[in-house]
Amino acid sequence: MSKYSIIGTNTPRVDSPAKATGRALYADDIKLPGMLHGQILRSPLAHARILNIDISKAAALPGVKAVITGEDTPKVKFGNWRLFPDTQDEYPLAVDKVRFIGDEVAAVVAIDNDLACEALDLIKVEYEELPANFSVDESMAPGAPVIHDYRPDNISLNRKIEYGDLVKGFAEADFIAENTFEVHAVSHAYMEPCACVAQSDDDGRVTLWTSTQVPYIVQCLLASTLGLRENDVRVIKPVVGGGFGGKMELRAWEFCAAFLARRTGKPVKFRLSRTDELAYGRRRHGMKLYSKVGFKKDGTITAKDFRADLDGGAYNSMGPTATFLCGNFGAMLYRYPNYRYNGYHIYTNKPPAGAMRGFGAPQALFASETQMNMAAEALGLDPIEIRIKNAMVPGDQIPDVATVSSCGFIECLQEVAKMSGWKAKRAACAESRDGKGMGVGCYSFISGGVFNWLYTQYTFSAAEIRAFEDGTVHLLTPATDIGQGSDTTLKQILAEELGLRMEDIRLTVADTSVTPQSDLGTWGSRVTLMGGNAVRDAAAKIKKALAGVVSLKFDLNVIHDIGFKDGKIFPVTRPDRCLTFGQAVHMHQKFKRGEPLVARGYYVPRGKGLVTPAFSFGAQVAEVQVDRETGIVKVEKMYTAHDCGTVINPMSVDGQLEGSIEMGLGYALCERFVMDKGRTLNTTFLDYKVPTALDMPPGESVCIETFESEGPFGAKEAGEGLVSPTAPAIAEAISQATGYRFKDLPITPEKVLEGIGGLRKV
Amino acid sequence: MKHLIHLKVNGDDYELAVAPHRTLNEVLREDLALTGTKFGCGTGDCGACTVIMNGRNVSSCLTLAVEANGQDIMTIEGLAPSGQELHPIQEAFVTYGAIQCGFCTPGMIMSAKVLLDKNPNPDEPDIRAGLSGNLCRCTGYNKIVEAIEKAAHQMNQD
Repeated sequence: MSKYSIIGTNTPRVDSPAKATGRALYADDIKLPGMLHGQILRSPLAHARILNIDISKAAALPGVKAVITGEDTPKVKFGNWRLFPDTQDEYPLAVDKVRFIGDEVAAVVAIDNDLACEALDLIKVEYEELPANFSVDESMAPGAPVIHDYRPDNISLNRKIEYGDLVKGFAEADFIAENTFEVHAVSHAYMEPCACVAQSDDDGRVTLWTSTQVPYIVQCLLASTLGLRENDVRVIKPVVGGGFGGKMELRAWEFCAAFLARRTGKPVKFRLSRTDELAYGRRRHGMKLYSKVGFKKDGTITAKDFRADLDGGAYNSMGPTATFLCGNFGAMLYRYPNYRYNGYHIYTNKPPAGAMRGFGAPQALFASETQMNMAAEALGLDPIEIRIKNAMVPGDQIPDVATVSSCGFIECLQEVAKMSGWKAKRAACAESRDGKGMGVGCYSFISGGVFNWLYTQYTFSAAEIRAFEDGTVHLLTPATDIGQGSDTTLKQILAEELGLRMEDIRLTVADTSVTPQSDLGTWGSRVTLMGGNAVRDAAAKIKKALAGVVSLKFDLNVIHDIGFKDGKIFPVTRPDRCLTFGQAVHMHQKFKRGEPLVARGYYVPRGKGLVTPAFSFGAQVAEVQVDRETGIVKVEKMYTAHDCGTVINPMSVDGQLEGSIEMGLGYALCERFVMDKGRTLNTTFLDYKVPTALDMPPGESVCIETFESEGPFGAKEAGEGLVSPTAPAIAEAISQATGYRFKDLPITPEKVLEGIGGLRKV
Repeated sequence: MKHLIHLKVNGDDYELAVAPHRTLNEVLREDLALTGTKFGCGTGDCGACTVIMNGRNVSSCLTLAVEANGQDIMTIEGLAPSGQELHPIQEAFVTYGAIQCGFCTPGMIMSAKVLLDKNPNPDEPDIRAGLSGNLCRCTGYNKIVEAIEKAAHQMNQD
């Protein structure tokens, strides 16, 4: 029997009844008295100087309450890398220049949305069109048009990781895989289009309800761009309909809503259309990856030289972090004794790429996993065996960058081989000529980043617990549930700690004026570990206080351990001497002469290197059937074995896994942006193909439980890393089925047919 | 010029004056404050705005309010009107982990309701086909399919 009551159980999501009945309120569901509706005018040109903007006709339209351009704003640049102001390269509304089709130029608010749209058509912008770069190669060519004056070479940033001796490493190699990979941009395609409502208070504070993953980051950057102090801005996260990394920055419409609410004195709403989201929204970085890996005959890796050119689009967005992490993930999974990474983040005149689920890992791992498969093929080794031979184990390091703590990677590989019937089935696929294939891909991912580029002066996560004498507690935390389930996970952690039931905990989350300062939000799979640790820290303080009460009440020897279970507090060896949780709170409050029992908890990772406190690991096998006539790939089954530490909520983890497979499947086979000179052509879900219920394969999965000492109850990341192994696993399976190896994504039916027919140049 | 229309929504009667270009989605969300019906794409591709009109699941973003004149409409708010108990489909979605961000959920549940009304014993391919007009980016669909299987079973027993 489990030693836990709630940890490890299939606890239903706490917010799911509200979501099932339509009661859950998302940003666009908010309607305030007198609320105005906003619209944003975007650049129709990929690169141009703004010569003049005439807003007079728009402003004169009856019902229009305000029209603003960059000239009306404080002209403060923003970006999440606040620690490095050089990287903050974006104005909320364009000043002097536009750099991509969709760059925000002006904003309008009116008494209804139709009028706001009409007013947009009345704004006249004179542009001087400039030559533009639509690819990394164009931007890097000598004499290429300069997108940002401060970076004449269009390289916004170069990140390096290097250790060991590459020359020596490659000299020891018997086989060297040297390849170029090309991976494409894809959309987060969260179901909820971004929306926000801003309201200006009488005391000078502006409140913003916004669909965001990062309320605190929005608070900080909104304050700086508005010329306000942080405490003048309140950000409240309503229910959020998915993010996947796409809602983790300050965005132009958030600024415009707040700015215009202050200017008009009325609440202001902005909501994006799906076209806005797909045509102009952030996206996963497309990259060109150059990778050279040396292997000995027995499969042992000797060295890796890795370079990534990231197509950053017009602004940095979260690109600097993706650039670094790509190099980190390029060094993960296996022991690369000698390693060099050079990552270049390159400006192009396209919609900016940002953070997206995996954050540099899907790209880096598509290259490294494909090369592992190529090496296995070239050396006559089994793809899983060659991985086990090189697999990271606990204690392994990326020197000066990261240390692997808990790690069940070898067990994942062994388990996925067993559950998928790997050896026999893979051999059968090799024998058959009927388009069947089987492939493996693996991943590792971070459990929250330790980097502090926002330069927060607060802790990385925080929680406050207020205890009540009716036996309940109130948990206040800035942790941000965007659909991944952190409200439920954090409640489970607290319920387990205090021996309470889920229904004994009330929850207030992500309101920057109410929940304790502060939290960097939901990204990099940080909430379970970092938010969970803050909750545990606060719970420990509550427990210490209440254990003292019980100890006093029963005059206990100080050596007694005090237990918290089933709403009772008791010495573990004398459980009959117990108080209920409520009684203990009551007595504590009496003793403190009425002062309520409140505790705050915090977490900051320290001594954990430059990347993360803990890495997750996993291995996945795909079975495919390729139709050699049509090129259509059907993924028949996915097998996954993954190590996310202690599983706090199996149903939730499984849901994250299945969602990752869906996203990985889209990345591998069907999702892509069709671009023409910086213009996104497929701007509806009819043309941008995300997988449907008919496309999802069945799956089997096993959690390899390790205990992560830095994580709450031993837990670490689940659900973000899992997005990475799917594409390389499917690609390997297709390669086995067709005899053609793909080094670029997505693997569309045309490409499959070209591959089979020997017509591909890539 | 506005048109006077009559809608029956979740059993309640409404008389409304609407501009001819306004969609059923806008009227439900903005005029009737029934915000459980979502707006996800505006092109009928994602299914988040699905409501039931005269027993059929329709995209409310592609249905003009004037087209809905005189029609019987059910939204997610009408499925378990007491506000206390959940409909078996809702219950199954909660119990079997079919909900993550929840934005697709109301539309999914309305499509599932139409599916089960027409076919109380669907097999898995029937369910997948019945949901193929509803996109979900979080769950990978499998738990939604499972929840509908479980709900069908439950509803057949009741």
